[in-house]
Amino acid sequence: MVSESKHNLTHLDQLESEAIFIMREVAAQFEKPVLLFSGGKDSICLVKLAQKAFWPAKIPFPLMHIDTGHNFPEAIEYRDWLVKEVGANLIVRYVQDSIDKGTATEEKGPNPSRNTLQTVTLLESIEEFKFDACFGGARRDEEKARAKERFFSHRDEFGQWDPKNQRPELWNLFNGKKQKGENFRVFPISNWTEMDVWQYIYKENIPLPTIYFTHRRDVVFRDNMWLANSPHITLMKGEEIQNKIVRFRTVGDMTCTGAVESTASTLEDIIQEVASARVTERGSRADDRRSEAAMEDRKKQGYF
Amino acid sequence: MEIQEKEQPIDNAAYLNMDLLRFTTAGSVDDGKSTLIGRLLYDTKSIFEDQMEAIEEASTKKGKGYVDLSLLTDGLRAEREQGITIDVAYRYFATPKRKFIIADTPGHIQYTRNMVTGASTANLAIILVDARHGVIEQTCRHSFIASLLQIKHLVVCVNKMDLVSFSEEVFQKIKTDFENFSATLNIPDIQYIPISALLGDNVVEHSANTPWYKGASLLYTLENVHIANDRNHEDARFPVQYVIRPQTEDFHDYRGYAGTVESGIFKPGDDIVALPSGFKSKIKTIDFNGKHLDIVHPPKSVTFTIEDNIDISRGDMIVKENNQPQVSQDVELMVCWLSDKKLTLNGKYAIKHTTREARCVIKEIKYKVNINTLEEIKDNFEIGLNDIARIVIRTTTPLFFDSYSKNRATGSLIIVDEGTNVTVGAGMII
Ligand SMILES: Nc1nc2c(ncn2[C@@H]2O[C@H](COP(=O)(O)OP(=O)(O)O)[C@@H](O)[C@H]2O)c(=O)[nH]1
Repeated sequence: MVSESKHNLTHLDQLESEAIFIMREVAAQFEKPVLLFSGGKDSICLVKLAQKAFWPAKIPFPLMHIDTGHNFPEAIEYRDWLVKEVGANLIVRYVQDSIDKGTATEEKGPNPSRNTLQTVTLLESIEEFKFDACFGGARRDEEKARAKERFFSHRDEFGQWDPKNQRPELWNLFNGKKQKGENFRVFPISNWTEMDVWQYIYKENIPLPTIYFTHRRDVVFRDNMWLANSPHITLMKGEEIQNKIVRFRTVGDMTCTGAVESTASTLEDIIQEVASARVTERGSRADDRRSEAAMEDRKKQGYF
Repeated sequence: MEIQEKEQPIDNAAYLNMDLLRFTTAGSVDDGKSTLIGRLLYDTKSIFEDQMEAIEEASTKKGKGYVDLSLLTDGLRAEREQGITIDVAYRYFATPKRKFIIADTPGHIQYTRNMVTGASTANLAIILVDARHGVIEQTCRHSFIASLLQIKHLVVCVNKMDLVSFSEEVFQKIKTDFENFSATLNIPDIQYIPISALLGDNVVEHSANTPWYKGASLLYTLENVHIANDRNHEDARFPVQYVIRPQTEDFHDYRGYAGTVESGIFKPGDDIVALPSGFKSKIKTIDFNGKHLDIVHPPKSVTFTIEDNIDISRGDMIVKENNQPQVSQDVELMVCWLSDKKLTLNGKYAIKHTTREARCVIKEIKYKVNINTLEEIKDNFEIGLNDIARIVIRTTTPLFFDSYSKNRATGSLIIVDEGTNVTVGAGMII
């Protein structure tokens, strides 16, 4: 038996319990939930929490990955390993399919981002499977527009988010009632900070995709950050490929996720680096820097 | 303002041992709430360079001669454009002692609704008072809401002390006024701190400008306020959230009841009763992530297995045989109305109480509260947005509850409009 006799739970235990509570609430209140799996550390944490929430049963909902086609191969490799490891069902839907169908149009330019197109494929997939609740790994500390986000975020039948029409959330009473065609985005780790996520990964010893750790990589300096060289970016005049020792703070599209120069090779190293970081992790995403209200616009259209 | 470098490498062992304090901030418009929160975030080094650059830019655009820390906590674009804030926003910071979650509830028309929402999960409330204006109607209102929501700790921050020359008399007068009026409120712990959110006096460090003030700084107070005993450790309550039945080879007959321990303590071997059936049994194991725990405290999410094969499902409650909640279909409560659509007497609504759902009819409106004077209004029963009233409801199935003052988790419920599915009321059972 494990002694848990400490009177007060630590903050991380409380956050964990809160997240598990939310996940069970969704499993109970909704008919077809799905966990949106991006391959990043936040959604990896969600998978861990879901395992704990339903142990000894398997996770009672599928994971879904919206594949932009611009993913880091290491992230895909990790995804396939994880799904096997936890025995989850994985659904993959491709942005390329939406482009081929003509429902999404590729951006022009030297590093076309498919982040906005992801929304189209996501909404099409929600429609296809009739999902009524989608778990996301977003946190309120990530960005200003998220600070007021609910745990249960209501979306209308067009998948849109109306900041003026969100339900107040009191105590731990979550109202998931909805009309036909409407759905919810649910964010179990809303109250976690970037540091909480890292500490949890450390405490639970959760394996991560290798790109979070230091490695050598061909990169190009653009928009004030190091972008990975890949078949998806076109070199512009004056740009040159350099080989650097880097790691990534987030896992996103290869075309817009900036690398940081770092020699952090362990979780402890990363935690020290995060603790002394002077730029938010979103600061290393090109698409968020396009405008101050970028995130808010994408949210309204149904992106997470 | 200089960007601060975070030099301190973090201590993992300490971080994993931190405890959590949730607090809410209240004050009327321009009392300095945004500035204070910005100051706390800034002084605890919770602001990143890109965020700082963004607010520096915004401050310059607005023609401010200094970096306006209040811009840090300013939210959605529509609000930015209108220059108002309309909702509850959550902010985070940590010191080596504690992690903090701030429910930032900016003052405006919908203020009561927002503050009730923010206060529902808070351990502590900061009430801001402008030193130049003293205790005003809003101060009373905010304190009343804090007491209604059973917040056990209040910190009255007398702000803008720099504008009254850090005068002890001004501070003392406000303190006395507040003490006089708050005597009727049921708040066990009230502290008073003279501060300047703008300049930082007594926010993190004790200020040399207030040598007459012998108390602690605000941050020290937040770090050290004792909250461990605020939780109800007496009345063991476990609302069943979800039934886990793996039906795999290894766990063929496993039937686990998943939920969160809302209050009290459970151990394997405890004699329990399942409500509403009244069937008795014993806790066999308390499972969490493949381990059996020998004791569990609130608010931990776990899974119980029990000795006997009795029928328990979501919405039921597992309690101890010798300590049971009230069971009734007639429930009296204080309600805060959250919607533009008025409460209808004899109207039918859906409710959520613990993990239980039911329908209810509003049987009686006893009185409405004038939240500025705390008087009971008995000649006007129109309950609209931001109103607080005492009502009686009858539910379709019995609820298992404790009074809100004894137990926040089993004493609270929400009222949902059956047409729109919107949460329209927040109820606290008497
Ligand atoms: N002199 C002085 N001004 C302050 C202080 N705190 C806030 N202010 C100013 O009061 C105004 C309103 O502050 P703000 O934080 O926006 O108030 P809120 O509406 O409560 O969020 C701003 O111009 C602040 O700079 C203080 O301690 N001293």
